Formats: sequence, structure tokens, C-alpha cells
Amino acid sequence: MESQIILLIFILVLSIFLGVELITKVPSTLHTPLMSGANAISGITLVGAILSSGSSEVTTIALGTAAVFFASINVVGGYLVTNRMLGMFKKK
Amino acid sequence: MDTSILVNLSYIASSILFIVGLKMLGSPDTARNGNFLSSSGMLLAVLITLLDQNIIDYRYIAGALIAGSIVGYFAATKVKMTSMPEMVAIFNGFGGIASLLVGSAEYVSGTFDNPAFLGAIFFTVLIGGMTFTGSIIAYGKLSEVISGKPYLYRGQQFVNGLLLLVILLVGVNMLFIQGYISAEQTLILLIALAFMLGILFVIPIGGADMPVVIALLNSFSGLAACAAGFVILNNVLIVAGALVGASGLILTNIMCKAMNRSLANVLFSGFGAAPNTTAESAQEQGEVKPITAEDAYLILEAASSVLIVPGYGMAVAQAQHAVRELGELLEENGAEVKYAIHPVAGRMPGHMNVLLAEANVSYDVLVEPEDVNPIMETVDVCIVIGANDVVNPDAKDNEGSPIYGMPIIEVDNAKTVFVSKRSMASGFAGIQNPLFFKSNTRMLFGDAKETVSTLVSEFKG
Repeated sequence: MESQIILLIFILVLSIFLGVELITKVPSTLHTPLMSGANAISGITLVGAILSSGSSEVTTIALGTAAVFFASINVVGGYLVTNRMLGMFKKK
Repeated sequence: MDTSILVNLSYIASSILFIVGLKMLGSPDTARNGNFLSSSGMLLAVLITLLDQNIIDYRYIAGALIAGSIVGYFAATKVKMTSMPEMVAIFNGFGGIASLLVGSAEYVSGTFDNPAFLGAIFFTVLIGGMTFTGSIIAYGKLSEVISGKPYLYRGQQFVNGLLLLVILLVGVNMLFIQGYISAEQTLILLIALAFMLGILFVIPIGGADMPVVIALLNSFSGLAACAAGFVILNNVLIVAGALVGASGLILTNIMCKAMNRSLANVLFSGFGAAPNTTAESAQEQGEVKPITAEDAYLILEAASSVLIVPGYGMAVAQAQHAVRELGELLEENGAEVKYAIHPVAGRMPGHMNVLLAEANVSYDVLVEPEDVNPIMETVDVCIVIGANDVVNPDAKDNEGSPIYGMPIIEVDNAKTVFVSKRSMASGFAGIQNPLFFKSNTRMLFGDAKETVSTLVSEFKG
């Protein structure tokens, strides 16, 4: 258990550094799509929501199902609107 | 093969797709494919999770997935580009509440002997809850359902401090004591406190500072997902959540720098938007020189380089398409046309670029202040449309000005400046703009769209 937590913290720290490196390279022109795209990625909590709603206890299922609903709005809406915006960026 | 190995390998693949997707967002040419890769990563993670053996009943999941997808689809396809900040705000909120619900679901079915597990739940519920209510307030302020004015009251710091103390006590009870109040009561109390924290956090911040708040809430929604990853010990949640958390923090920092303010100042000063009429509005700074669109046309026709500086006022007047047309006519006339975009020109980071892209302005003519300021002297005509504070020379000249030190687009160095403005009213920061009184400035009074359309018809005529 402890070693697993340490491993996850290790992953967390590396991911933050990676994120900083990646995002500082995004030009300001694309900051709005970046934000809505990142927003869609934060819908990854959907994975946790699905696992919770697959439980056998009623309360857990109810909470998990509600989480699936909200997270899927976030994921589907986020990716679609990002795609819509990026489709508008054209070069002559 | 053991399913858990397959599941974890797929999560690694998802993480790679997210990372490469974000990397490809670094250039407009590859951004759309990057977004596609990122969404494929999400699809993979979701599908593989559905295959997971722990899941007993798919009906609820399928129902909620379909319902959520329908809502998301309609929101994404119907939203106007001017309303993008509101939508990102509310989506952040949905991400936050989803993480809160995941944390709660694990709490009610979990064991209570592991402080690491309980600590992760504490942070998931706290961050998720405050992201949710904070985003709803931000949504309300941006869509003007509630007043954009900063809401300040006496003893605000004390109330906030007290709230944080109570949250800390609930956390200690949840992790170590347990039994002082029941587990269910602890959870409900924590959710209520998190909701309250989100409201109290955003309500004192003015409408003009909402871009910073959305960026910060964006970061929080990622951190909430990250904390949820520690609850269910899932690496893909941690990687994806951390990437979003980092992204939001960087954007927050960029917006603060563009306004020359610290994050603490944005969050606690209540500055953004309250018109401060006492400042120096009484001070008369000289005479403004109006110009008609017809005369402006004659100057523009002779110009060989033109810089357009759009502000949110242009979007309010729906003048983007007329502006794009004017830009094209100027180019046909032999002028070099660029658009200078200040980071705070729109209502969220990069918003103005999206509004211009929607009006078919090519992205390679959009430039940043630091690129255009050094060559400003060579610009024949600067057309300022619906922008005010971001071109205020007081930011570099007047130490007494509230916006002193803020990076601006130094249009006053151009040979001629046209300012399209409805009236002489001051901008968001409520301060007078000496640009309007400079000898090389000419005011184009009236509705931005009408003014630009008149210029367009002069060129065509």
C-alpha cells in the first residue's frame, strides 16, 4: 500500500513537470482551445466514476452514476467544442 | 492474460495519447489532430474500464453516459463563441462535481483504517466541491445572471479564515479521530463546507478578473481528478489530472502577468471592474480630435502598414466580420495588415483569437504585444476597436495610475491612431485614457460595426 502511494506520487510529480513543459510551448493564439481541451481531459474522472457505479452497494451506485453523467458532459462537450474551435483556425 | 495487466497497459497508452495530444496543441497546424488523439485516449480509457471485471451492472452506466453525452453534444454545438468563457466555466464545474461524487462513492463503500485513502478522499471532495460552486458563480458573473461587481463585506478575511479552520478540523476528524460525528455526517459536512468555500472564493472577484478565475478553476478541476486518482489508486487519473492542473496554473500565471498583478491581488483585492470614479476622471487632459469615417478612409488608403487592435468591445458590437473585410480591402490596397492581440483582450485566455478565427481572420496575421511594440514606429495607422485599458499609455508613463506597470500595446507610438469608440466613457478599470488626447490620435465616435462598415463601403465605393 505505502509503496504504491509513493509510486503514484512519483508519477504525479513527473506528470506536473511534463505538463509545465508541454503547456508553456502552446502559443497564446491557442489558449482557449487549450483550456477547453484540458477541460475535456480533466473529465478522466469518468474512469473513476464508471468503477464506482459498477459496485454492488446502492448508495455507491447512485453516486457513481451521477458522477458518470457529469463527467461525460465534460468529456463529450469539451472535446467537441475544442474541435469546433480548432476547425476555425485557418491559414491563408 | 490477466485483465488487470491489459487494463493498465491501456491506461499507459491513454496517457501517451493525452501527452502527445497536448504537445500537438502547440501549433495551429497540428492542433486539431492533437485534440483527436487526446479524445482517442479518453475513449480507450473509458472502454477498457468498462471491460473491467469489477463492474456488475452496465445499465446505469450506459444510461448516464448517453444522457451526459447528449447534454455535452448540444452544449458544444450550440454555444456561441462569445459565450465560450461561460461554457468552459460550467464544464470545469461539472468536472469538479464528478470528482466529488467519485470521492463520496468510495467513501461510503470504503474502509476507514487507512489515512492515505481518507486523505485523498478529503482532498477530492474539498477541491471538487469548491470547483463546482466556484465555477457556477463564475458562470453567473460571466453570463451576467449575477452582478459582475466584486462583492466585498467587512470581516471577509475572518470568515474565510474561520471556514478554512473548520474544514481542517473536519479533515482531522475524518482521518484520525472518526466517531466524534458519524462517517455520513462528516461527508455531508465536508461537502457543504467545500461548496461554501467555492462561493466565498469567487464572489468577491470582479467580472473583469474572471479570465484568471476560469484558468484557476480549470487547474482545480484537474487537481480534483488527480486526487480522485489517489482514492482509487489509478495512474491515468493522476497523469491526466496533473497535466490539466499544470495547464491551468500556467494560464493563470500568464493572465496575472498580462495584468501586472499577483494572484493574491486578483483573488483578494476585489479590484476587477468596480468603476473607481474618484481616480482622476475630473482631470481634463486636453482636447479630443474626432474624425469622420470618410476622412479616416483617405488616411487609410495612403497607409502601407496597418495594425488593428481589437478589444472585447468589438465582439460586443459584433464587428468581427466587418473588421476582417476591412483588413482584406486594406491588403488588396497594398498595405500590410496585422492584428495585435493583448492576452486580456477577450474574456478568457486566447478568446479574441477564437473570435477572429470565427470571422475567418487567418491566424498568421495575429501578433502579440511583445512582437509588435518594438516596430510600432513603423506602423502608419493603428486602428483601436473596442479596446481601452490595454492601449492606455498611463500603464508605462504614469506611476500613479492603477494600471501602472501593466504590459500594453503601445499604439501611441504609431504615426496615426484611430480609436473607434461609442463615447468617452472609461474602460473596465474605470480610468481615463490619455491616448484619446494625444496629437496623433483621432476618435471615430459611434458604433464599431457601423464605423467599420462605413470604411469598408468607402473602399468599395
